[in-house]
Amino acid sequence: MIELATVLALLVLGFTIGTTRERMHLAQLAIDEEELAAILVSDLKRLPPHWRASQGTLVRGEVVIGSDYFKSFIAGLVNLFGGRIRAFETLMERARREAIVRMKRQAYQLGSNAIWCLRMETSTIGRGGPGAAMAEVHVYGTAYLIDSETEDES
Amino acid sequence: MLIVNTEFVPGKRVIEIKGLVQGNTIRAKHVGRDIAASFKNLFGGELRGYTELLTESRREALNRMIAQARELGANAVLNVRFSTSSITQGAAELFAYGTAVVIEDEVPGA
Repeated sequence: MIELATVLALLVLGFTIGTTRERMHLAQLAIDEEELAAILVSDLKRLPPHWRASQGTLVRGEVVIGSDYFKSFIAGLVNLFGGRIRAFETLMERARREAIVRMKRQAYQLGSNAIWCLRMETSTIGRGGPGAAMAEVHVYGTAYLIDSETEDES
Repeated sequence: MLIVNTEFVPGKRVIEIKGLVQGNTIRAKHVGRDIAASFKNLFGGELRGYTELLTESRREALNRMIAQARELGANAVLNVRFSTSSITQGAAELFAYGTAVVIEDEVPGA
């Protein structure tokens, strides 16, 4: 009985706090992305030939994110029948967007206006508890300052 | 030392390829951070302790790669890539590799 009550309490806590934090994070991401929208990001290997760019610098962003108790519980249920785990989709989306924002902020501080040759990697770092997901997203690319006059010619 | 993950450097020309350089580091997370992380797994969100640990470790791997490049007499590392793998429960290897080269300014019109 006590065990059931504990699980229920954790579910309620996980749901309320987890959902609030997710909403706050998504709102913050929207603000950050708006602020850094001027930086062009691409995973192309080469710059268009007529663009004049200054020397590049490696920029990186990384985030480790964990799921909340409620999400882990739902994922455990879905795992019985199979199917889409929406709760974890938003989790990974948040991690990826946050990592890109951090990388862009580094580029911004260097005075760059473009990031080229973007690469992403994702890895799981062990389990935090039964069914709890923990994932790391790492993104990196080369930041350039592109001469805006040459950019307009395209 | 110029570090980029593209195959070229704008305005520069590669005059000598020194070869592959690499750096790695293996890190284990410690118990204090694990306890904090298990709390985070109730409420969800970023696990800042781990993020810092990985940032620090990747910098270490990069620095080892740069040291190798310097030993070869290179002044830039091109096409840098990262890879991560978990070796055992709680320990991860961070690996960085690239090609060490010597670059010089491109002569305009040449």
